[in-house]
Amino acid sequence: MSILVGNDTRLIVQGITGQEGLFHAKGCRDYGTQVVGGVTPGKGGTEVEGFPVFDSVREARAQTGANTSLIFVPPFAAADAIVEAAAAGIELVVCITEGIPILDMVRVKHFLTDFPGTRLIGPNCPGVISPGKAKVGIMPGRIHQPGHVGIVSRSGTLTYEAVGQLTALGIGQSTGVGIGGDPVNGTSFIDVLELFQADPDTHAIIMVGEIGGAAEEAAADYIKAHVTKPVVAFIAGQSAPPGRRMGHAGAIISGGKGTAAAKMEALQAAGITVVASPAEMGRAMAGLLKKA
Amino acid sequence: MDIHEYQAKELLRQFNIATPDGRVARNAAEAATITREFGGQSVVKAQIHAGGRGKGGGVKFARTPEQAAELFDQISGMTLVTKQTGPEGRKVRTVYIAQPIDIASELYLSLLVDRGSARVAVLASSEGGVEIEEVAARTPEKIVKVDIHPGLGLAGYQVREVALALGLKGETLKQAAPFLRNLYRLFVDKDCSMVEINPLVVTAQGDLTALDAKIGFDDNALFRHPEIQAYRDRSEEAPTETEASSFGLNFIKLDGDIGCMVNGAGLAMATMDIIKLHGRTPANFLDVGGGASEDAVKNAFRIILQDPGVKAVLVNIFGGIMRCDIVARGIVNASREIGIKVPVVARLEGTNVEEGKRILQESGLKIQVGADLEDAAAKVAAAVP
Repeated sequence: MSILVGNDTRLIVQGITGQEGLFHAKGCRDYGTQVVGGVTPGKGGTEVEGFPVFDSVREARAQTGANTSLIFVPPFAAADAIVEAAAAGIELVVCITEGIPILDMVRVKHFLTDFPGTRLIGPNCPGVISPGKAKVGIMPGRIHQPGHVGIVSRSGTLTYEAVGQLTALGIGQSTGVGIGGDPVNGTSFIDVLELFQADPDTHAIIMVGEIGGAAEEAAADYIKAHVTKPVVAFIAGQSAPPGRRMGHAGAIISGGKGTAAAKMEALQAAGITVVASPAEMGRAMAGLLKKA
Repeated sequence: MDIHEYQAKELLRQFNIATPDGRVARNAAEAATITREFGGQSVVKAQIHAGGRGKGGGVKFARTPEQAAELFDQISGMTLVTKQTGPEGRKVRTVYIAQPIDIASELYLSLLVDRGSARVAVLASSEGGVEIEEVAARTPEKIVKVDIHPGLGLAGYQVREVALALGLKGETLKQAAPFLRNLYRLFVDKDCSMVEINPLVVTAQGDLTALDAKIGFDDNALFRHPEIQAYRDRSEEAPTETEASSFGLNFIKLDGDIGCMVNGAGLAMATMDIIKLHGRTPANFLDVGGGASEDAVKNAFRIILQDPGVKAVLVNIFGGIMRCDIVARGIVNASREIGIKVPVVARLEGTNVEEGKRILQESGLKIQVGADLEDAAAKVAAAVP
């Protein structure tokens, strides 16, 4: 097993005729994901690179039996793409788009409460991969290796770093989930931790957080109460100045809240192995797995 | 994006939210004229994008029009140092003249997007005129927080809850509902990230009015608000950061000596962290983004090296979308064109990594290649004399 994406994934790409959308649709297909088509309003009935294109998600789902959608729609229309996917009955919606207005996401979150069968991952994320099974995102597939460590992260390339370290040590991954760097997102650390805890194929977890908000602190409480699998955590932004937005819309220390120090302390207090150096994520996991 | 107090108050008036009368004065004579119109007294206020202006000496009371003129000359052009500006301070380029009011009590009111609830929230406190962080630390029970339902908007009972927390009574209480509803409408219509009224004042006549106002906007939503973009004051922004953003680079200047160029915000922060763990300090945060071109890499280098404090540069690229050979070519071209004089350590990982390393090694330039993140950090720390 694995979580969220796997052999059953039937993927459509929203924004498939855009440069990025098409590039990554091919990337997912090359990795072995069943990419069954794409959506670009106005271009329904055509075909790109062997992918059938539909005018709407509803039509695409009816024709292809898609259960998962990957969104590359530009920021001004991305919120609409998400709600369209949910309304069409897509179960897993992964939104890569960076730069969606936060109030759009507030409204999307509220809208999604009407669709409990839909889970949103992101936005502003690299997507989800279950190595050897399916890739629904923009991450480089070849750095991954099938195995039993689950990864959940607010960052893109820093997740690749964690994966790269694991693979270099011969440690494979069950699923890697990028939940995104925006302050309001679809799926939280806790949601993913719950899935990893329930997944028999995931034996240990790496959690990559960063400054801003209190999601890591909430995750620490959750892990303490509900997660029995070993967890390694790293928090990016230990050297970040307060009051500055560090690239991600959500990565900001404001009013003294959301510091890396506070998050690391909360995670440590919950019994989690917290590494200070981003170069130590893989080795710390190797150490925990040896002990287990 | 932040705006000035006078611009924030312009917006408040557009949304029928009470705020004392005021105008920007272009010179001392105008400061006197405006003060005369206000009945002979005024408050002369420095306009910078930072709080703590009063304590820093940027807000003064003028008892006469002549004094307002003097205060204008004093404040205009001064370098104002406050808790939020850092020791270098900010130059005052705009001065606002406000009509004084009789204050009965000072309260606190703000709206923001609460990440936990994923909703717009109202924060209110009877302790106004001081920083809300201070109140939160000292007397957290004096702060009330109300999450607004995105479909329903601000409910009547929530207005009463806020008004009660503010201690409003009688006629003043009746003003709370339109005041709050208009503020929420402003927040949503203009895609604000924060609206802070501190202090919110009850006047001697019992009226609610926004004595000060600070408004920030969601940068991601500016595309649909040309009228807000027009408020942008580039002189309040760090010029290198503005330049970097014009090339699609996310750059933040810091105080250290190791310049860094990284792809991805999380990895960029992590790279800063590992530099610190190796006993050095980062000179900047720089995210070249996912699909940075050769040109973007070149510009990134140029911007990093504009900082005379940079003693070495660490390039850390983990290619997902980004190809390492493109990055390598960008580094080589930048080195040749700009003539990089400081040591450079490059760590490349990902697509076309072998070709990237080959390009660096065959360039004849003194660029060290880091085997991994740890190795690269150790090498760059050792490279600083």
